[in-house]
Amino acid sequence: MDAMIPQSYRIQRVIKETHDTFTLELKPPDHLGQFIFNAGQFNMLYLFGVGEVPISISGDPSKTETLTHTLRAVGTVTKQMSKLKKGDWIGVRGPFGSHWPVKESIGNDVVIIAGGIGLAPLRPTIYKILSMRQQFGKIILLYGTRTPADILFRRELEKLRSRLDIDIYVTVDHATPVWKGNVGVVTTLIQRSPFDPFNTTAMICGPEIMMRYTISELTKRGVKSENIFVSMERNMKCAVGFCGHCQYGTKFICKDGPVFNYEQIKKLFGKREL
Amino acid sequence: MKIIDRSSLDKLFEKIKTSGYKLIGPTISDDAVVYDELNSTNDLPIGWTDEQDGGKYRLVKRNDNALFGYVVGPQSWKRFLYPPLQKLWQAKRLDKKIATIPEQAENTKYAFIGVRSCELNAILIQDKVFTGGEVVNSSYQKRRKDNLIIAVNCTTSGGTCFCVSMNTGPKVKEAFDLALTEVITHDEHYFLVETGSESGKILMEDIPQRTASQNEINTGEELIKKTSASMGRSLDTNNIKELLFNSFDHTQWDKVASRCLSCANCTMVCPTCFCTTVEDVTDLSGNIAERWQKWDSCFTLDFSYIHGGSIRNSVKSRYRQWMTHKLSTWYDQFGTSGCVGCGRCITWCPVGIDITEEARVIRESDNLQTISKEEKSNGIA
Amino acid sequence: MESLERILQEHSFVKDLATEHIQLIVGCAKNVIFEPEKFLFKEDEEASEFYIIRSGKVALEIYTPEYGPITIQTLGEGDVLGWSWLIPPYEWRFDARAVEFTRAIALDGKCLRGKCEHDPKLGYELMKRLANLFEQRLYAMRLQLLDIYNLRSTK
Repeated sequence: MDAMIPQSYRIQRVIKETHDTFTLELKPPDHLGQFIFNAGQFNMLYLFGVGEVPISISGDPSKTETLTHTLRAVGTVTKQMSKLKKGDWIGVRGPFGSHWPVKESIGNDVVIIAGGIGLAPLRPTIYKILSMRQQFGKIILLYGTRTPADILFRRELEKLRSRLDIDIYVTVDHATPVWKGNVGVVTTLIQRSPFDPFNTTAMICGPEIMMRYTISELTKRGVKSENIFVSMERNMKCAVGFCGHCQYGTKFICKDGPVFNYEQIKKLFGKREL
Repeated sequence: MKIIDRSSLDKLFEKIKTSGYKLIGPTISDDAVVYDELNSTNDLPIGWTDEQDGGKYRLVKRNDNALFGYVVGPQSWKRFLYPPLQKLWQAKRLDKKIATIPEQAENTKYAFIGVRSCELNAILIQDKVFTGGEVVNSSYQKRRKDNLIIAVNCTTSGGTCFCVSMNTGPKVKEAFDLALTEVITHDEHYFLVETGSESGKILMEDIPQRTASQNEINTGEELIKKTSASMGRSLDTNNIKELLFNSFDHTQWDKVASRCLSCANCTMVCPTCFCTTVEDVTDLSGNIAERWQKWDSCFTLDFSYIHGGSIRNSVKSRYRQWMTHKLSTWYDQFGTSGCVGCGRCITWCPVGIDITEEARVIRESDNLQTISKEEKSNGIA
Repeated sequence: MESLERILQEHSFVKDLATEHIQLIVGCAKNVIFEPEKFLFKEDEEASEFYIIRSGKVALEIYTPEYGPITIQTLGEGDVLGWSWLIPPYEWRFDARAVEFTRAIALDGKCLRGKCEHDPKLGYELMKRLANLFEQRLYAMRLQLLDIYNLRSTK
């Protein structure tokens, strides 16, 4: 199948997550039947006549008959996409890119640190890890977002919290009067998080500045660079390494990333205007 | 090695055209040597040469009728192999459903005459980019599959040439079908012909030719040697990958940024630059949408646009990106340098920024730092 | 008292102090517990004690007339709570409420303050540690202010 041509997927369900974030559940075309991907990969979503955007896949990798994407309506294309309804069609190219190291983390504690919409590309990993729960040590999710109203997948998080085999900590930057949970940036949760730094895989996704400070906190606790994974973002047009837009130093985010082992991009990370 | 004369060259042109190829070669248009369709050797820039320097290009008459007595102009072969404007696909909307129709690759077979060694290396570099990875660019691959290359060894060097530094010329070494070396003197005018492939061999069948004498072969070699020795520029490529990667915060970037207009000329004329963008358009009815691919440049402000702003906001960061990619990170990505030493970026820069000069300044100041470290450890400083 | 000493000695706030200073601090320390919803201290109260949280969660709150109390930061295990005991006017600037069952070590700040006046070396050491604490909190607070999940260029 040509990676440059979008396939038509039908919208089965639209879920309004927060005031500016929505989830699309898509049904693959009949001739494909299912959509298979690895947690951390992304698709190029095309809105007829408007444009294309790279969006991480946010659904359960084991549920191959549905393709799920969570989008934030911030630009021209995504704002138009937020008006889509059940029964509408959307173009899909993919999956592209590298994935979170689930298999490679077997035997370790896993710390998942998400900021804002960064929880969406990490959700498939949470599903995958929980489906193989016995094979990991402690599973910890640290999730930070702006305000309580911006918390994604709230009901799901509450359900997850009721499980005894995963620790979930949610924090907000700005509380409301009714919020009785944690307040403060997500990086402040790291020092007191009960994982073994010498036997942990950390997976981080969020704004670059949040990832930078998170890495610094993890390093302070003794987590080695080769056990830290981040998901990077850059401008994308083709997603297959031809257009050159997503270059990040020596790497192409579309084919070498978006998930990177921090050890590999240590020399690039944090360089201004790279 | 064979020898043909100009009339045989015309017969070769004819044969190529009747074999179904579109023959593209150098010709003069708008006071420059450009690549366009040729009918016969009459269309070549006969008796012309070029004077090139930073921000300068002039055509000057020679005192002979050489057919290939110049080097390279503003265009490169990428405008045929990877056109500036390409339709990728069309989509039709029926009810709400979308049906995409991929664009059929055109059936044009291209024969390129007059490909210089630097340019041939550039084509090979783009081959790696578009066909050397996991995903293959099928339209590029198709155009290259049916591509006939008649190379020309440079017998004159350009004012901004540095193929010798980049190890990309002036003699063609591989991936050609035929390679010509033009020898023109007071009383002789002939072309040495080297066959590089089966297709080349077939082309040469029934073209009037004779075997070259050792003397004639030597004459050709001498010309190429002289060209090697008269390069307009040079670039020290020793450890250049690490040098530039480690020079991210060098003050030279600020200096060059104060001159650079970010006009993107360099990326347009560079034979290896491959960046593109896509444009989605609809017709008035809104039922037909098309996706077009266009050449793009990392010098544009919105090239790195994300989340409401551009990562590479300053001209400094964009110039640094281009030069570091071309001379350094290209190695990490594709295993070779991205530069072939053709000098176009120097010639066609409106303010004459010279990539070899920028590299030299960065290297020398780096050497100074190393020397002072050594002096300190030897107790001199 | 022995386990208290061990916990304190390993805490970054007390670690590496001179032995006599550590003894002093241990002498001013006691274990305390707070039931959920109980206040550790309230705004405008005299800041006589400060705390090192052993387990649980404490919310720092500011009371607003329009909305009632709003949490501005949550502290937990290992965090040092309160510095107003060493900084005039020695009064708390906000409320601290236990969100869940919380164990802490309470230190007699008032007493320590007096000791610092007489022993500048102790004072300097404690000030250094507080300065470190300020820096960490300021850092985190600046990130909160940045509104990192909403960063978009205004160009």
